[in-house]
This record gives sequence, structure tokens and C-alpha cells, in this order.
Amino acid sequence: MTDLNFAMSAPVVGTSGRAVDAGAKPKMSARKLNFYYDRFRALKDVNLDIAEKRVTALIGPSGCGKSTLLRIFNRIYAIYPKQEAEGEVLLDGENVLDPKFPLNRLRGKVGMVFQKPVPFPMSIYENIAYAIRHYEKLKKPEMDTRVEEALRQGALWDEVKDKLKQSALGLSGGQQQRLCIARAVALKPEVLLLDEPTSALDPIATGKIEQLIAELAERFTIAIVTHNMQQAARCSDFTAFMYLGELVEFGETEKLFTQPAKQQTEDYITGRFG
Amino acid sequence: MTTIAARGSVPQPESRRDELQDKGFSYVLAFTAFFVLIALAGAALSMLWGGREVLAQEGWRFFFSAEWNPVENRYGALVPIFGTLVTAVIAMIIAVPVSFGIALYLTEVAPSWLRTPVGSAIELLAGIPSIIYGMWGLFVLVPVMTEYGTPWLNDHLGTLPVIGPMFQGPPIGIGMLTAGFVLAIMVIPFVSSVMRDVFLTVPTRLKESAYALGATKWEVVWDIVLPYTKSAVVGGIFLGLGRALGETMAVAYVVGNTVRFSVSLLEPGTTIAALIANDFAEATDTYRSALLLLGFVLFIVTFFVLSIARLMLMRLSRREGLK
Repeated sequence: MTDLNFAMSAPVVGTSGRAVDAGAKPKMSARKLNFYYDRFRALKDVNLDIAEKRVTALIGPSGCGKSTLLRIFNRIYAIYPKQEAEGEVLLDGENVLDPKFPLNRLRGKVGMVFQKPVPFPMSIYENIAYAIRHYEKLKKPEMDTRVEEALRQGALWDEVKDKLKQSALGLSGGQQQRLCIARAVALKPEVLLLDEPTSALDPIATGKIEQLIAELAERFTIAIVTHNMQQAARCSDFTAFMYLGELVEFGETEKLFTQPAKQQTEDYITGRFG
Repeated sequence: MTTIAARGSVPQPESRRDELQDKGFSYVLAFTAFFVLIALAGAALSMLWGGREVLAQEGWRFFFSAEWNPVENRYGALVPIFGTLVTAVIAMIIAVPVSFGIALYLTEVAPSWLRTPVGSAIELLAGIPSIIYGMWGLFVLVPVMTEYGTPWLNDHLGTLPVIGPMFQGPPIGIGMLTAGFVLAIMVIPFVSSVMRDVFLTVPTRLKESAYALGATKWEVVWDIVLPYTKSAVVGGIFLGLGRALGETMAVAYVVGNTVRFSVSLLEPGTTIAALIANDFAEATDTYRSALLLLGFVLFIVTFFVLSIARLMLMRLSRREGLK
């Protein structure tokens, strides 16, 4: 229960244990967002608010556009030719899709963690330091502190503090993914995008990551794409259900899972399709 | 248990036939692999055998003496060895950065409609016979070097301390620099297509996560793509170097074919392969023996270069600690 200063109504405690209120301030908002892979329209007029310092889950069957939506938020799609977004994505009121919005600044504010753990082929320490160096010039002791801080936030410090100089490729899958989260967090972003962060991990590693997400939600705005509905129910405050490129339903996680407003949502969460 | 043991000890006729067939097949495969090794060893040893005459006459001096005088019957291989190494090094100094640029352009920067045609065009360059490159070098590159290249180098680089003497020479166009340049153009298709293929193996997710941290294209290439592919890139470079060391016709056209030692890259020189090709027809007795031994030397030089490459690769992967 943190940071209730924008609570307007009596807070309801969501499944995640954090306060949920309909009036939570939007941190990122998609406005009439369309997305095209060449000629294929992957998103259709999506409007969505990601609440500040809350966890918003995007669920839906494969190919529904949930990952696409996430990839627009930090413009990672822009490295590919023939992929185009239309509409607006506002970050604190500024349109990040505007070509004038510097990519470097956007990616410093909106961090991303991918489906499979992707440590860089360098040491554990360098994995974090490499990220920080893009934004800040730090002296060695300061860098050491920042790396430790990031690794602690990624709940990895105790496991790796004695082998910081070793290759990150030697870590287990779950550790690698926490390293990737630590790397994203090291930049002190405002928003964290998680694209199915646990789909390549075993249940124990998944549990650790989910616990970590709960801790990180106190500091960051989090959007998580997941295939796993239980995961969405467990760790998010808001849930958006997408289908065939459209946002079908959006609401508080508890409400969406217990009393979905749309038939399609109910069919999906009860496992009738998807 | 007993039934299993019995079945194991008394093989069925079909399974015995299969076993024999498998065995025969593996022998055939082993023969094909060893055939190449035997041929290779045979070629090297027969050259060494052919060179025994000059080896008996000159001894170790053959490898370190710069005197190459068929009239006096004195043979020293230093000049052609030097020329071979220098032209190959010049070629690599030019070819590696250019190939790197080509490969990166084709994998990371070029719009997708351009990638395939440009990639195929570069691969086609690899198929052009070396004599074409030689003629192009002699009829196009040599006049350009005479007219513009050499005077410019004389005036600018030739006046510098230390490296100055390397760039002073008469404006005749032929020489080791020109040969190195032609070699560079010949190895670029090899090196760049290897590099391109390797760069394509870098997982998208690796590059994406670097981009997601705010890395620029250059940073992604330098910090992610290159370290990830370094062993294969080094392999590709040495493949090109191996070719540059052994190339004959193109070099023979433009190198000048003078067995005289000179530090200047603008002076005519020679390489092992070019010297053998030029002189073999008229060589007899000891002269012929000297050329055969030169062939053996080229074999050893190439072998050493490729072994060093292997060693570097092993050390690299050991440092990564994983492979």
C-alpha cells in the first residue's frame, strides 16, 4: 500500500495487494493507435491508459497484438523497415511517436525486458554498467554502487556478488532474466515493459520474477504482456484483454477476472478459446 | 533377462547385414576425408623432395638470404617471402574494413529490397577468374597509380618520418602496393560474405535488448554484434588472407616480378606464387629445385597463418569461458 496521494475514492485492494483506484493517474496512454506490419493492420484504434506505479497486464491469444502494443511504447519496432505506427502514445502528455521525440530519451524512460533472457556476451558487472554508460559518465566507485543497487533491485545481488566478473552467460535462465530486469532498472526508467518475461522459465524462477514485479511496482509503472492468465491475475492491478488487434476490455484485474463485461473476455478467461 | 541376453548374442541375419552396411559406409566416409589429407601431405612432401637439391646446396641460407641469382646459381627466398607477406597484409588492411562496412550495411542498414541484389552482386565478384582482375589491374589500375597514386603518395606519405620510405618510389604504377590493392578487391567478396552470414546469426532479441537500452546502431554493432561473432569474423578474415597469400595470376600482372629487396611499397617486387608462375617454364636443375622448395615454403607460410588463426579462435573462445 504505497503512494496513495492521487486516490480519489476509497481504495480497493486488488489481487496484487496494491491499492487500486479508478482514478489512478495515467503514465502512458495510447490514443487511436494503429499499427501496420507492411500492409497487415495489427492494431486497430487502440485506446489504453497505463496507470502510474501500477501493474497493467495485457492478455489475449497469440497474434492479438499485445506484444505489438508493448513494442510501440518504446518504439523498438522502429529498427525494422516496413513497420509503422499511427496515432499517439503519450508519456506524461508528450507524444513519443513524434519523430522529434529523441529515441535515446524515450528508451531511458521506458525500459524493456524480453521474452527470453538476453544477457549480453560480457561479464555480469558489464551487463549493467554497459546500460548505465549510455546515459551517465560515472567514476568507478559510483558505477560500483549503481551496479550493486541495480542488482539488488533485480533480487540478484546475493547470488552474484562474488562473481561479478564472470560471464553473464553462465547464469541460470531465471538469474539471466533477473539480470535483464536489473539492467533495465539500472537506467532508472519510469516505465518498465515486460514482454512475457517468464514464458521461458520454470515455475520457481517464475515465482521469483513475479515477486520481483510486485516489489518493482512500488517504484515503476509496469506493463506486462503474458500468456498466463493466472499470472495476470496474480500480479497485476489492471488488465487489458485484446483480441485480433482490438482492445476488447480493460479494467481492474479483479473485476475483469470475476465479472467480465464482455462475452469474449469471459470465454477467454474461462479457457473456452485462446 | 535370459531372453534379452540370448537375443543379443545371436544376431538376426538382417541386423548383421545392417551392421556390415553401417561399417562399410563409415569406412567409405573415412576414406574420403583421409584422401584429402593424404593428397595434401603428398603435395607438400613432393615439393620438399623436389627442393632437396637446392636445400643441400644452400642449407638454411635459402630461407634468409635475399640473393636470388639464377645466373650465379645462388638462391635465397627472403624477397619472395617478404613480398608475399607484404602484399597479403596490404590486401587485408584494405579489405577488412571495407568488407566490414559492406557486411554491416547489408545486415543492419540497407533497406530490405536492396539487401539481396547487392549481396548477390558481391558474391558474384568472388566468381570472377583472377586473370580478369590481373588484366584490370594492369590496364586500369596501373595507369591510375602512375598518373595520380604514386605522385600523391610520394608527396604526402613519402615525407613522413618512419613510414616515409615505404611510400617513396618511381611513378611506374606496378609494385607491391598495386598488387595489394588488386588482392584486396579479390578477397573482399569472400570476407564480406562470410561476415554478412555471421552477422545474420546474431539473435534479434540480443540486438533488440541493446536498442531497448538506448544503444545506437554503431553501439549495437560494436558492443553486441562484433563480440558475439568475433570468432567467426576472425575465421572469415583468415580465409581471405589465405587466398591473398596464394593468389598468383593477378599478382603476377601487377607486382613487377623483380627479385630485389626494397622497403618501398611503390617499387616492383615479387611474391612466391608469382615468381614460380613466371619462371617455372624456363627453369632447370637447381633453379627448378629452388622453385619447388619455394612452393613448399608457400605451403608452410599458409599453413602457419591458418594455424595462428585457429589458435586465436581457441584462445578467444577460452576467454569467453563457455565454448
